[in-house]
Amino acid sequence: MRHPTRTAIRPSEITAERYFHMRRALLAGALGLAGASLVPASGRAAAGNADPAPAPLRYARNPRYVVADKPNTFEEITGYNNFYEFGLDKSDPAANAGSLRTRPWNLAIAGEAEVTGSFHLEDILKAHPLEERIYRHRCVEGWSMVIPWVGFPLGDLLRRFRPTSRAKYVEFTTLHDPQQMPGQRRAVLDWPYVEGLRIDEAMHPLALMVVGVYGRELPNQNGAPLRVHLPWKYGFKSGKSIVRIRFTERQPLTTWPLASPGEYGFYANVNPQVDHPRWSQATERRIGDGLFAPRHPTLMFNGYAEQVASLYQGLDLRRNF
Amino acid sequence: MDTHTDRRYRFLYKPLLFLACGVPLAWVLADVANLTLNVHLPVPGLGADPVRRMLGIFGHSALNLLLVTLCVSPLRQLSGNAQLLRFRRMLGVWAFTYALLHFLTYVGPFQGFSWSAIARDLVKRPYITIGFAALLMLLALAITSTNGWMRRLRRRWQSLHRLVYACIVLGVWHYWWQVKKDIREPLVYAALAAVLLGWRLWRWRRTAARAAPRVAAPATSNSALPTAPERT
Repeated sequence: MRHPTRTAIRPSEITAERYFHMRRALLAGALGLAGASLVPASGRAAAGNADPAPAPLRYARNPRYVVADKPNTFEEITGYNNFYEFGLDKSDPAANAGSLRTRPWNLAIAGEAEVTGSFHLEDILKAHPLEERIYRHRCVEGWSMVIPWVGFPLGDLLRRFRPTSRAKYVEFTTLHDPQQMPGQRRAVLDWPYVEGLRIDEAMHPLALMVVGVYGRELPNQNGAPLRVHLPWKYGFKSGKSIVRIRFTERQPLTTWPLASPGEYGFYANVNPQVDHPRWSQATERRIGDGLFAPRHPTLMFNGYAEQVASLYQGLDLRRNF
Repeated sequence: MDTHTDRRYRFLYKPLLFLACGVPLAWVLADVANLTLNVHLPVPGLGADPVRRMLGIFGHSALNLLLVTLCVSPLRQLSGNAQLLRFRRMLGVWAFTYALLHFLTYVGPFQGFSWSAIARDLVKRPYITIGFAALLMLLALAITSTNGWMRRLRRRWQSLHRLVYACIVLGVWHYWWQVKKDIREPLVYAALAAVLLGWRLWRWRRTAARAAPRVAAPATSNSALPTAPERT
């Protein structure tokens, strides 16, 4: 456990959501329209996705998490996304995610934890120094990227809410708002998107809470303002635009296994020996490699076996795919 | 037919249709040139994953042109314009060309010429098996599409070329089976194919019903066979 006292939220630090909004309304009322426009958050929210260069972040490179391969370009990472909330084509999220308002953003903490409630994201993020980690990203569809994320260990965040001994799993819920997320106007999936992890997976040092990429704030199409990245699992395990974290005793029912149980499992660990029913997972295409590049062999746990294999000792990975 | 109309079909309509059919190919070739030859042709890009995009463009073009090919006979029957038949072979050969390009993109850029992986796919992945079966059938149709083969095969040419019905069914199925979640597009293809094949079934049953009384009279029994010069 890292510095529990430094990262724990004392109840006095937390402004309940209703008071937060009350205070904001009072301020806006007192200052009038001109005054309200001084609040920087509203200006940024209005700029939305049209801003080509998101705000730079303060962070430090973490030299322990680098990979030998060259990272993908910013354009590739932000222009080729599976984020069905904004459409099904890989270019849809970049085109449609401008309608997502990431400020203000509230994060609800629920379930088997001592500290629960709704928190303003900015208050939550204050406690976490940001670091850059270069991670391999492997999609269940058979393509991969190398991405320089900016974030902080997911476990550091989760521990602040002091999960109880009954917290065996963690569930992440994505925003459900068809107004902001046009892809949700059709029931392609059972919205909202829900993902989940075993608590020991979530507490693993590799599990990253992501707020940025390439040193800048996360673009909406990549899951702004808050997303998970689990480099040893297929990409769909990494919930985006998270509005709720719930600690549970039972394994959460997650979106893709519900949609197609024979094809997508709860664990979804990258595994070259366990094929998707419709395609092989033994190799992958690296985005940006060009037209005639050979495929890359897919590595067990996406190359992170040394760090995470112990989590799954005794588990039949063929059955628990 | 007067020579004026003949010339217009030969030197205007057919070349124009030929060029139109080639647009997706020209688009991809221009993009491939941009990606590999350091030129800057003004075409829409193929995105971050040009290989998947090429598979999609070629696959869609093959299905689109198969559907257009299957429109020729109904349009001829509805409009009475027999000249439309002059386009059919070209459309069909273009459809085959795109199916072949789709397959070659899969073999080369997508699978990196890994023959073992391709062989495994063919055996283990039913949607690839049926797609490949459709490609082989289209190959047979493309080879036998010449006047020479038409003469040589005579009546059998027509029966052979009914394989195009199987091609569209397998092609749409191939597409449907690999879609991850959203089946809207394959559904549209399936609906169009159903209309075009249903039209033929309806015509065929109507002709059969009309011919039925005559079947009883041995003298004209062969009129029950479909003797139209083109597929219906």
